[in-house]
Amino acid sequence: GAMGGSASLIPRDLLGEYQELTFLSKQEILLAYKRFSELLPKEEKDNACSARVPKSQILTLPELRANPFQHRICHVFSTSETGDDSMSFEDFLDMLSVFSDSATSDIKSHYAFRIFDFDDDGTLDRKDLEQLVNCLTGQGEESRLSSAEMEQLIQNVRPAGQGTAPPGPRHGAHSSPSPQILEESDIDKDGTINLAEFQHVVSRSPDFASSFKIVL
Amino acid sequence: DGSEDNGEGSAVETEETAKGTDKGRKRATPRTRRAHARGRDRHGDEEDEDDEDGTRRAGHRRHRNRRRGRAAGNEASDSDMEPAKARKNEANQKSKEDDEEDEDEKGSKSGKGKNEKKGDKKSDKKGKKEKANKKKKDKKKSGSGSDSESEEEPITEEELAKLKEEVEEKKKLIATLRNKPWKMKKKLSVLKEAQLFVEKFEGALGKGKGKKFYAYKVMMTKKWMKFQRDFENFKTACIPWEMKIKEIESHFGSSVASYFIFLRWMYGINMILFGLTFGLVMVPEALMGKPYGSLPRKTVPRAEEATAMNFATLWDFSGFAQYSVLFYGYYNNQRTIGWLKFRMPLSYFLVGVGSIGYSFMIVTRTMAKNANDDGGGDDTSFNFSWKMFTSWDYLIGNPETADNKFASITTSFKEAIVEEQESRKEENIHLTRFLRVLANFLALCTLAGSGYLIFFVVRRSQQFALEGLENYGWWERNEVNTVMSLLGMFCPTLFDVISSLENYHPRIALRWQLGRIFALFLGNLYTFIIALVDEINLKARYLLPFTMFDMLLGNIEELQIVKYNMTIWEASLYNGTIPANSTAPPIQVDPADVPRGPCWETMVGQEFVRLTVSDMMTTYITILIGDFLRAVFVRFFNYCWCWDLEYGFPSYSEFDISGNVLGLIFNQGMIWMGSFYAPCLPAINVFRLHTSMYLQCWAVMCCNVPQERVFKASRSNNFYMAMLLFILFLSTLPAVYTIVSIPPSFDCGPFSGKTRMFEVISETLEHDFPSWFGKVFGYASNPGLILPFILLMVLSIYYLNATSKSYKEANLELKKKLQ
Repeated sequence: GAMGGSASLIPRDLLGEYQELTFLSKQEILLAYKRFSELLPKEEKDNACSARVPKSQILTLPELRANPFQHRICHVFSTSETGDDSMSFEDFLDMLSVFSDSATSDIKSHYAFRIFDFDDDGTLDRKDLEQLVNCLTGQGEESRLSSAEMEQLIQNVRPAGQGTAPPGPRHGAHSSPSPQILEESDIDKDGTINLAEFQHVVSRSPDFASSFKIVL
Repeated sequence: DGSEDNGEGSAVETEETAKGTDKGRKRATPRTRRAHARGRDRHGDEEDEDDEDGTRRAGHRRHRNRRRGRAAGNEASDSDMEPAKARKNEANQKSKEDDEEDEDEKGSKSGKGKNEKKGDKKSDKKGKKEKANKKKKDKKKSGSGSDSESEEEPITEEELAKLKEEVEEKKKLIATLRNKPWKMKKKLSVLKEAQLFVEKFEGALGKGKGKKFYAYKVMMTKKWMKFQRDFENFKTACIPWEMKIKEIESHFGSSVASYFIFLRWMYGINMILFGLTFGLVMVPEALMGKPYGSLPRKTVPRAEEATAMNFATLWDFSGFAQYSVLFYGYYNNQRTIGWLKFRMPLSYFLVGVGSIGYSFMIVTRTMAKNANDDGGGDDTSFNFSWKMFTSWDYLIGNPETADNKFASITTSFKEAIVEEQESRKEENIHLTRFLRVLANFLALCTLAGSGYLIFFVVRRSQQFALEGLENYGWWERNEVNTVMSLLGMFCPTLFDVISSLENYHPRIALRWQLGRIFALFLGNLYTFIIALVDEINLKARYLLPFTMFDMLLGNIEELQIVKYNMTIWEASLYNGTIPANSTAPPIQVDPADVPRGPCWETMVGQEFVRLTVSDMMTTYITILIGDFLRAVFVRFFNYCWCWDLEYGFPSYSEFDISGNVLGLIFNQGMIWMGSFYAPCLPAINVFRLHTSMYLQCWAVMCCNVPQERVFKASRSNNFYMAMLLFILFLSTLPAVYTIVSIPPSFDCGPFSGKTRMFEVISETLEHDFPSWFGKVFGYASNPGLILPFILLMVLSIYYLNATSKSYKEANLELKKKLQ
């Protein structure tokens, strides 16, 4: 009875509401339910809708196993009050909805920002960017960037302070010699990237929406 | 099911509201208190999580006020929403102490206080609040008046309009709720809130005569929404291989998955082509046409009868296969067949032209859609930020792929930094340029070499053909095919090696690779076609009394000779048996014995079918040997080998995107080219695509490793499409040419007896339409009208092009202004 069993465990109207509230189809929600209840210990399987799965269990999902942002993703989507980043089924659905194919790039970029905001202070500052680069370059020693390279990459230039930033069209494509990320994205030049700036940059990327997705 | 009783429900509710107010009056204190508490903790719950959405607050308050008036009614309306209730109870628990504190406070006061706290909210909210208060007072008054109906009376037209607006707002909120970056719990409660509000007030809105109609309308919209949602679910369930592709996507990244998505798209197109040819050509002919053996063209000739059922013959698509609905030659030129008076030749012609037209349409439409989807991104302005924020492919679920991705991101970072630092160093660029030029030179050499090889082999095969193939072995007979397959197998690898010289970004490298292999395949295909024409001419010259070459020149003298010979043969038949007597019944001759002219259309069709089948076989065998056996070898011999096979020389194979995509495209080109002469080709292709979907999915999951340089293939899809369009154009050229300017064979196929195939149109016009229609058509097809029409089209294209350019410029200008 695996087929009918999993379907009947979510109440009908709740299923409808989940469809209303997420970007997932019915099949995807049911699949999510199945996968979620597989993560639970046997005795809790019956009330999977209200149970919480600890972070360590969530991270065993093959979809998240290789993701360098796995901890951040759990943290951002968890509603746990104790701060253990455990996930309820609804949190899980929230996550899948944001990462689903049909989610808008607006909501995707919103959550991407929160995932990249390692210290949860609402802006991406130098520390966040450093951690982000470290996540992207993996754990291996040989793939790490040297500190000089890192500096070059995310150099925290405050044009107002240094006065070296070229005036006029800053994003003059080929003419701009400075590669720094902050130089590109920090539009108001306060040294950090806020949500609006982040969404501005990311929404112009051709492949953000297609890569920021996780499919069960 | 829930929506069905909504219309009723709202009516019932108002009644219950009335009762509720009465009851509420009687035992006022406990009830109101409870209702008040409930209303407030909802409010508090909302306040915990949400500060930014002021829009629904006023409505909520009004709603709450109303609720207080009919506590009893609420019980009933809530009972069908168990989860909502449970949630509310939870919330109740949470804010219990809070309630205890203000329990004695009157509802209006607390509401006011809360509202004052939110002084920074929109100004119109205050107005609403006041109105709400006023309304509440009204309600109290009406309650004391103890008239149930009068409760709703005080709502003026203006208020009604406001309410309507609010309901619309709520509805919009419900529709856009999924776009809000909130937690599910909050979204759920907001949804419940909004749904309740809409439900309650929608009933109230349509007061009076319009009520029933309004309720009906609401019900229908709900049903329609439900139906739409179900339909969406159904549609997603209908997309074939979705899970397979997603699985591959998560293991190998989007670039490999893009091939499978392309394959699925192609499968869809071929299904439609297959449906057209099968439903409108093959089935009618098989059901209603003259049966096998009734005509010479529908009979295996006497000489071939002995071997007609041999497997080898059938495998070669000759024998019985050749004289069946699978090929052009089998069809009769009877204008109508069967009791339906099905216009077979017309249908054949229209299906042939229509499938080409459909393919053009669908490819260009998809291209336009893709261009819309990924248009707009200016490539360079946020180069580094994009590398940082969007380079991770969240679909990657395989640790090995992830490692590769880490490595590739690191290199791309390093490359970008180095490039930036050394952008002014000229030597480096010179070296790269030199290497790129060298690589292109080498690629050109390879192309020329392969072209020459095919030319050489074809020449040899002609010689063999001249001397008679019977004297030669297997190799000589299949030399051309084998050489072509081998070239198709090894040249791409060579190009791969060459492209490593160039040091492009893999996405660009993939395009170069695709372009080169495209040129290679195209050269091979066209050499092959030339060879085919030559071979047919050769065969014709030696085995048949006329040549295709002569036909091309419009020289039909030799055709006359064949026809003359046939008349003589017929005459001799008559002469030999019965003395000349025109009234005598025609002599029964077995159609197998009747001499017949050549049928070049069937020959061409056969060649294409053979080519398709052998191509399919080659692909499958390559997968089995190159991927599967290699993987098995590497896996199991690794235990007893002197070096590490898995990471050393043979290792596992990567999935070859470019080769597979091109294989698919060229295969499709052959289908388009040949399906006019062999209606069975789309069917074969559907079979091929179907099997290769499963086989390749299996192969990629079980024996391939992810690419070393993983990259995203978001935009190369349109590149595939562009190549497909090009191939479509190239492959329809010969087909259209034959339709328009070569006379069809005179004794086989649906167009026999006509000088050109398209005459079937004028024939239909003449017979099946009123005469004025034919006249109009005649005028319309006059060059004097067509030329201006073409001119007009060219002009409009020019105009549209110019406007699109100016729009683009305006876009750029605006972008500049934004920055």
